[in-house]
Amino acid sequence: MTTAGLLWRQFRFERRLFWRNPSAAFFNFLLPLILLLLVASAFAGDADELEVLIPGIAGMGVMATTFTALAFNLTYLREQGVLKRMRGTPLPAPAYLGGLLANAAVNAVVQVALVVAIGNLLYDVPWPKELLSLAVFTALGVVCFGSLGVAFSHAIPNFDSAPAYVNAVFLPVIFISGVFYSADSLPPVLDAAAQALPLKHLVDGLSGAIVDGTGLVDNAAALAAVGAWAAAGMLLAVRYFRWE
Amino acid sequence: MPGVSDVAIEVSGLTKSYGAVEAVRGISFAVGRGEVFGLLGPNGAGKTTTVEILEGYRERTGGDVRVLGFDPERRDPRLQERVGIVLQSAGFYPRATVREAVTHFAGVYPRPRGAEETISLVGLEEKAGARVSDLSGGQRRRLDLALALVGDPELVFLDEPTTGFDPAARRTAWGVVRKLRDLGKTVLLTTHYLDEAQALSDRVAIVKDGVIVAEGRPDELSATPGRYRVSYESAGRRVELETDDPTDLLHRLTGDALARGEQLRGLTVSRPTLEEVYLELTEEDERT
Repeated sequence: MTTAGLLWRQFRFERRLFWRNPSAAFFNFLLPLILLLLVASAFAGDADELEVLIPGIAGMGVMATTFTALAFNLTYLREQGVLKRMRGTPLPAPAYLGGLLANAAVNAVVQVALVVAIGNLLYDVPWPKELLSLAVFTALGVVCFGSLGVAFSHAIPNFDSAPAYVNAVFLPVIFISGVFYSADSLPPVLDAAAQALPLKHLVDGLSGAIVDGTGLVDNAAALAAVGAWAAAGMLLAVRYFRWE
Repeated sequence: MPGVSDVAIEVSGLTKSYGAVEAVRGISFAVGRGEVFGLLGPNGAGKTTTVEILEGYRERTGGDVRVLGFDPERRDPRLQERVGIVLQSAGFYPRATVREAVTHFAGVYPRPRGAEETISLVGLEEKAGARVSDLSGGQRRRLDLALALVGDPELVFLDEPTTGFDPAARRTAWGVVRKLRDLGKTVLLTTHYLDEAQALSDRVAIVKDGVIVAEGRPDELSATPGRYRVSYESAGRRVELETDDPTDLLHRLTGDALARGEQLRGLTVSRPTLEEVYLELTEEDERT
């Protein structure tokens, strides 16, 4: 079988098993949607707030389904010896890891679609104005946070400590990156941190595509920032990858 | 020693260092096709390091290694699809069922054995629909074996395959190894169970401190150090003597005893068992 065929097989295997893990399904998939419903209900009718929240939660969803999920998943697979076992088969590494990444990517895309749909159907946020820009930012966000998740798993010593490591990054980042409220009024230090990290730029790009109707050219700076992190993430993910 | 074309594994002068620690210090052996070869030795002797170099997991520091004609370090897929690996401990997706796991692995190999056939080969039919997380330790080990065999490999690496098994599971695993040999497969087995090495291996190498201290057929090995143990009671005391030539020693002993009009009570002549050879070779440090 070709590498692409094997990747597809691995992807289908991962998909089948994903929903059998209730805690991963909850934290990495349902939680962003639950937060969306709770916070959006509190601000129902406040169009300005909702227009911050919908792209914010979409960006957070991309991070949760890729960065968080992959950092957890790879730490577990490495600790349990699953990676080592797969390494001992003729399954090519790109097919195996590609299957894992594709699984996370599908979750991210479904997440963004659900957030946008919920925003429109329940809270009257207009449908996205720039679909191409939405697709490009989502895809680049997936590559960026997916590779950063793989890279970050290398720094996590064992699965027991994974929640602490992942949340020490995830929680501060979502709070400074304008997920729940506009980040315009942040203190300069936090703003500088948010500007240096990729999530704020992803949220800006998604906000442009969903709310403002600004395209890729208008958000070139955000695109470049997410792209730079994607490149760094891929480099670190490959450079420090450990099978055991 | 098998002819060159019949060699499945060839190791010569293999060394492996981790920093200043030399885990393997010049190991050489060859395993013929269809042979069951046992690497026997205490924990930390260098068995697993040696096997993991042969499996392609580690890069060697020195020496030469050939597995089915390939250098395992290159990780050639044409080699990997002909080899099955049972690691000392490796998990699998806990929420997959046995059947899903074996079927998934089968798809990775070009000419797999049937999934159901493989499951019954290791005796897991009744658990085929159970999730990996619901298996007992012994059942997981059988799954390890199934995942290593589903690709129908020519060569199987078994690293401590029965550690943690109950006696029944152990017998099943031994049966599988014997079946593998009947099928003409080559097996490299590491174990610290002497009876396992003796029962399953055509040849055994005893590894200690990163070198092979003895090698041969299990029955040969027992005799190779050449010694016979002669033991008897004299004046209420048990006397034990070791010799390479029991005929001569017995002649003198019995001659002296007869001359003194004494009986040599409980006189026995025995060859050391593999266990005694093993203990002697591996526990020297503790005795001195």
